[in-house]
Amino acid sequence: MAPDDAVAVAIGLHAQRPGGLLPLLHEVQDRLGYVPPEAVATIAKAMSLSAAEVHGVIRFYHHFRQAPAGRHVVRICLAEACQAMGAQRLLQHARERLGVELHETSADGAVTLEPVYCLGNCACSPAVLVDNDLVGRVDAGRFDEVLALCREDA
Amino acid sequence: MKPRVYVARDACALSVGAEAVAQAIVREGTQRGTPIQLVRTGSRGMLWLEPLVEVQTAEGRVAYGPVRPQDVASLFEAQFLQGGRHALGHGLTERIPYFARQQRRTFARVGRTDPLSLDEYVQNGGYMGLRNALQMAPAAAVQTLVDSGLRGRGGAAFPTGIKWRTVLGEAGPHKFVVCNADEGDSGTFSDRMIMEGDPFVLIEGMSIAAVTVGAQQGYVYLRSEYPHAEAVLNQAIAVAHKAGYLGDDLFGSGKSFALEVRRGAGAYICGEETSLLESLEGKRGMVRFRPPLPAVQGLFGKPTVLNNVITFASVPTIFADGAQAYRDFGMGRSRGTLPFQLAGNIRRGGLVELAFGLTLRELLYEFGGGSASGRPIRAVQMGGPLGAYIPESQFDLPLDYEACAAAGAMIGHGGIVAFDDQADLGDMARYAMEFCALESCGKCTPCRIGSTRAVEVIDKIRTGQDAPANVVLLRDLCDTMIAGSLCALGGMAPFPVLSVLQHFPQDFGLTPESAVKTA
Repeated sequence: MAPDDAVAVAIGLHAQRPGGLLPLLHEVQDRLGYVPPEAVATIAKAMSLSAAEVHGVIRFYHHFRQAPAGRHVVRICLAEACQAMGAQRLLQHARERLGVELHETSADGAVTLEPVYCLGNCACSPAVLVDNDLVGRVDAGRFDEVLALCREDA
Repeated sequence: MKPRVYVARDACALSVGAEAVAQAIVREGTQRGTPIQLVRTGSRGMLWLEPLVEVQTAEGRVAYGPVRPQDVASLFEAQFLQGGRHALGHGLTERIPYFARQQRRTFARVGRTDPLSLDEYVQNGGYMGLRNALQMAPAAAVQTLVDSGLRGRGGAAFPTGIKWRTVLGEAGPHKFVVCNADEGDSGTFSDRMIMEGDPFVLIEGMSIAAVTVGAQQGYVYLRSEYPHAEAVLNQAIAVAHKAGYLGDDLFGSGKSFALEVRRGAGAYICGEETSLLESLEGKRGMVRFRPPLPAVQGLFGKPTVLNNVITFASVPTIFADGAQAYRDFGMGRSRGTLPFQLAGNIRRGGLVELAFGLTLRELLYEFGGGSASGRPIRAVQMGGPLGAYIPESQFDLPLDYEACAAAGAMIGHGGIVAFDDQADLGDMARYAMEFCALESCGKCTPCRIGSTRAVEVIDKIRTGQDAPANVVLLRDLCDTMIAGSLCALGGMAPFPVLSVLQHFPQDFGLTPESAVKTA
């Protein structure tokens, strides 16, 4: 779907709902993978808000992206329960394997690495969320398996 | 009748391979000419055994776990469909001590029933609470809740009945019921488990709130990190609507209640109730000044019942069995049960629902079995990222809101994260402030700037740069944050830091004497 069409659909579905800005932004990002900065003015007009207000909301929430991610987003949990089971070591491993820092995308475009603070899988830590799939008890070997799956669908 | 096999569809079970195991069982059954009836449930909460496979036998369900797909053939060979012996076998599920010793009320159905079967929900006591509540005058319904002693399970432990009474006393017609499902505290997953494992109990609890205070619209504010819970809740709401359990004229009462799920967007602060309301209104999640309380001016400025998932999920049993039956559990002013969550470096992690009053040591060792690494448990963090680090010397503390508060700890949402003796709690103290800086909404100065300065000061102490003076400065800064922040994020982020200074000064490179100095 073209960005303009996705934004138009999202506006049609959510602009009139009470407190509809978050659902609208989710709709755009679910369809496009990010919220294009060019769409801010259109969304603002449809919601009778200023562009600054819409931009401010996008920037406030960690979930919203302003640029496309890689084909997959891998979120490593760095909260306490995962740290208690070696999440920092796992993060270091992920950085080395992918050749990226947090918030960056691997050179092959397969994976964007993001931190996340709790996935609710704290008894099977460390935990990772790959797109919408939760993975638990992740050690270096398990991480590499997950990574291989991400790279398969190039 | 086909043999019935149960495998959880809970996100935790799926995260360790439950889907592949379920498929392998069905495939193997077909190949052996024994077609299986596979039932997907919530998780029993014995998470170290996931993927857990249960088989229905005449004596009850028999448990096997943790099962890998490659174990499935040997399970068939061991006649697991008749409850046969196997190295992964644990006997009857409900006789496993971890489970048998629990007092499951809020989680009574989780792991036993199909989460999306309204019929099963009703057959297992569901909707008795709402039926009873509809027979009561609103003031009497509120009194029932007050009498039960239920307090907010999100962490603040405010008496739920008092909150509802305030909303009931406000003028209508527009009121809201909002569920805080922004379960962002590390070490907690009970909200997620109930939403995935028994979503109708949350829907029923919110419905009871709505018919009691006179609200017609409800929202579940659910964190974006919980895609599985979102899918289950949306399906459950659709099922309930279709069957007339949500919508107009509930049970012929003339009262209506509609419910929808709103997805958060990865901001920890939106678990704070006023920030959550701002977010629901489509804005940045900036904390509001209080008063006015949300019960008086909440969502869109209207009176709002705002409770945590477990609080709402505890309500149906209170209305089904009466206030006294709930009140009989617990100690002191902490009545009823709490689903504790054992997490982090723990051998048998999972969910343990018990009456208040047991000790941390019982939970950590009798249920948890000690650390996962086999090393001594050095500390636990209880109550999420804003909770203190508790040393072994305090493990005999009874788990009761007041007793914990008196010892400088908090129960919060019941999450307990264990750390072994390899953990650097200086790192964890620094992380508490780093996290606060990352997640601060920015409205008040102590939280916004104090957290960043605290990270810098901690770094100076740990690298030995004028440590004595910087300890004094750090304590002063913590004091300012505690006393001057607008909400609990800035107001409590110092607690993990101060607890490490007090109990584990060596992790800051300090002696006990040098860690206690104040201005």
